[in-house]
Amino acid sequence: MSDLRTELKQSIIEQLNLEEFEVEDIANDDALFGDGLGLDSIDALELIVLLEKDYGIKLTEPEQGKEIFISIDKMAEYIEAHRTK
Amino acid sequence: MSEGYKISDFVRIRNQRIFHGNKQVFSSEKPTQGFLKESYKFLNISYPKFHKMDALCKLGILATEVLFKNREIPADTALVFSNSASSLESDKQHRILMEATVSPAVFVYTLPNIVLGEISIKYKLQSENAFFISNRFDARLLTDYSEILLDSLKASAVVCGWIEWKNAEYDVFLCLISKEGRLSFSEENLEELYHFENE
Repeated sequence: MSDLRTELKQSIIEQLNLEEFEVEDIANDDALFGDGLGLDSIDALELIVLLEKDYGIKLTEPEQGKEIFISIDKMAEYIEAHRTK
Repeated sequence: MSEGYKISDFVRIRNQRIFHGNKQVFSSEKPTQGFLKESYKFLNISYPKFHKMDALCKLGILATEVLFKNREIPADTALVFSNSASSLESDKQHRILMEATVSPAVFVYTLPNIVLGEISIKYKLQSENAFFISNRFDARLLTDYSEILLDSLKASAVVCGWIEWKNAEYDVFLCLISKEGRLSFSEENLEELYHFENE
């Protein structure tokens, strides 16, 4: 459980170039957008690509992202339920 | 027509060095990405989005940070930039990624004028802007276009110049044009300032 969350944090920091963040800076329930990590719409697209590339999850409805990319916890729960790799 | 306008300030970024006017303010032995990151730290910029930008935009943010520091910058300050390679480095990176998984974060930088938007967002500019592609530094183009904006009161100041990122090399020369300063805003002066450090 926690390994996936740590892996997600590492991937997000690396792929979204969050150079001023360390894994320890991100709590599992931190908001990814808005006042949390401050991600933007391009980051949301990158997260969709990350889900497909790393976990074989293809989001067909962009609206789904709003429910999944709330926090690391929410992402991890979705990945655990839907991953194909 | 241009007699009232002055080159109020200028910045050069080239060969791992940053010049503010004629004074070198920073240098680093690091290759491009390291140089950009160290410059960001040196200039004490706090803008996490910087790290997501392509090198062309990073250069634009660094150069304008030098020009704008300790200055009131009117929101109608126009941006008139030019280069020869457009956004070629990001275009090439995007092309490579297309073979596997496209990155939206790379794709968004496949236009040269994105740097104008990034600067406008950071400094809250609501102004005219243009990005010209020309084979070489074209002082006439820059002075003509800038003067039109100033004469027609579309802008009270202009940042104009050259911002190039090509084959892992960068070459930036940006000038702040306004009614303040001693050096006349002329084609000759612009050419001289640009070529001074280049030769």
